[in-house]
Amino acid sequence: MSLKDIFEKTIPKLVLGPTLLASLLFVYGFILLTGYISLTESRMMPTFEFSGLGQYVDLFDNERWWTSLTNLGIFGTLFIGFSVAIGLFLAILLDQKIRAEGALRAVYLYPMALSFIVTGTAWKWMLNPSLGLEKVMHDWGWTAFHFDWLVNPDMAIYTVVIAGVWQSSGFVMALFLAGLRGIDDDIIKAAQVDGASLPTIYRRIVIPAMRPVFFSVLLILSHIAIKSFDLVIALTAGGPGNASSVPAIFMYQFSFTRGQLGLGSASAMMMLATIVAVLVPLMYLEARSNKAMR
Amino acid sequence: MNHTLKPGRIVLYLLLGLFFLYYIAPLYVMLSTSFKSLDEIRSGNLLSLPQAVSFDAWRRAWSSACTGTTCEGLQPYFWNSIKMVIPAVAISTLVGAFNGYVFAHWRFRHSEILFTALLVGCFIPFQVVLLPMAGLLGKFGLANTTAGLVFVHVVYGTAFTTLFFRNYYVGVPEELIKAARIDGAGFFLIFRKVVLPISGPIFVVCVIWQFTQIWNDFLFGVVFASGEAQPITVGLNNLVNTSTGVKEHNVNMAAAIIAALPTLLVYLVAGRYFVRGLTAGAVKG
Repeated sequence: MSLKDIFEKTIPKLVLGPTLLASLLFVYGFILLTGYISLTESRMMPTFEFSGLGQYVDLFDNERWWTSLTNLGIFGTLFIGFSVAIGLFLAILLDQKIRAEGALRAVYLYPMALSFIVTGTAWKWMLNPSLGLEKVMHDWGWTAFHFDWLVNPDMAIYTVVIAGVWQSSGFVMALFLAGLRGIDDDIIKAAQVDGASLPTIYRRIVIPAMRPVFFSVLLILSHIAIKSFDLVIALTAGGPGNASSVPAIFMYQFSFTRGQLGLGSASAMMMLATIVAVLVPLMYLEARSNKAMR
Repeated sequence: MNHTLKPGRIVLYLLLGLFFLYYIAPLYVMLSTSFKSLDEIRSGNLLSLPQAVSFDAWRRAWSSACTGTTCEGLQPYFWNSIKMVIPAVAISTLVGAFNGYVFAHWRFRHSEILFTALLVGCFIPFQVVLLPMAGLLGKFGLANTTAGLVFVHVVYGTAFTTLFFRNYYVGVPEELIKAARIDGAGFFLIFRKVVLPISGPIFVVCVIWQFTQIWNDFLFGVVFASGEAQPITVGLNNLVNTSTGVKEHNVNMAAAIIAALPTLLVYLVAGRYFVRGLTAGAVKG
């Protein structure tokens, strides 16, 4: 083997080297480190003395953590549910050989180009308890209309759902539309010849064929939901009080403003566990339905 | 085809129109509010058009609105984001291109496993690396600097860019690469002469994706930067939440549009590639 051959054989590995090293240190290494800090008594400064699962016991004794988890449950369910429903509905509508489809699609999808901070700022203004939507309704004559969700501890988390669905449903539409366009026209034509109605064709042929897309959508939306942070910060900052807190906000506050590194790390590890618990089954189902499609 | 509209079609277009209004409304409200005076905001309502168009709110949002203790508007944050996003996008895209080229055409033992291991980086919630990364940046004097933010965005963006390029390059016929190798061309020459000339679209997709991600990032910005180096998302959030007397909703809306403008422009100019990036990032190969 010549020197040049050896050189050519090692180059690919050298090229990948920095990325793989960075991944090993800053992804895997840092996860282990965070995991270890969550097993110590670290407060303002990290200590490295092992102390067991005390932080996790504290975490699940913490009322604010439970609020955050409950809110994640509410937000996640409604956000995913409405985004999928609206996205699928719009995709089906747009698939009916529409005029100006490109323009409509562009408008449905532009929120995806905005940051959650911008979206949150816009909706915070639209839902403003005195000058926002409420005033519009009053000016239109519906004087009994009352809308104070942003400052109502019981309803604040639902404003996050409203803004989140607005931002993401167009994206879901784009994914579903791409899936619909991938279905073989001949099957649908054959069904039409057999006298199947349009709803039946959708129910029996189109929607089942979209299983892989469906799993991708669920994967992405649950990922967005579990990590949601910016949108809540911009809309309610987790308030009033901590009524609309979510795990990511809990983690941020305890780690960076309250100096409770151990507890913050424990909450971060629980977020990772949630992602794994949700994503792994979905990925498995997605891979399986992909295989079934082939 | 029959050109008279059937009732079904009318309902269809009506529904599409309603959704059109739903998506466009916040943009309309942001724009119209930003051109109103505070008096007009109080007397009119969300959906009314500005009576007397005023650019005052835009001027204040850009150069004199208060964001915490300083009152220089969004301008400094905007330039911070520019200084951060250009190197971060350039480096992560370039690294991703080479990585993708290796994973697609220079496979070696276990390279598939390494690729999968790398992809895990796309899925972790970043909360799980924030504390150690904050410590590391502090140790190397990169805390609260633009350089530190560039580093973080490159480190955690490379998994995505690698995925983009790998999936694109897998579609380049192996025979092309093999033929070039038989002719005696090496790793870099093949990349430059064979692969690079057909990489235009994927570079556009990747740059747009990274630009949008990094410009819109808030988490890294708020955790790893303070004061001097804060990006525009953090600036906007500070501006909106700085309570000095009256809430200036018109300034807030102008600021929100300023923060959104670069990514909106990219979307308008290259929407096709933007969508392709979203779906490519979503549907993995």
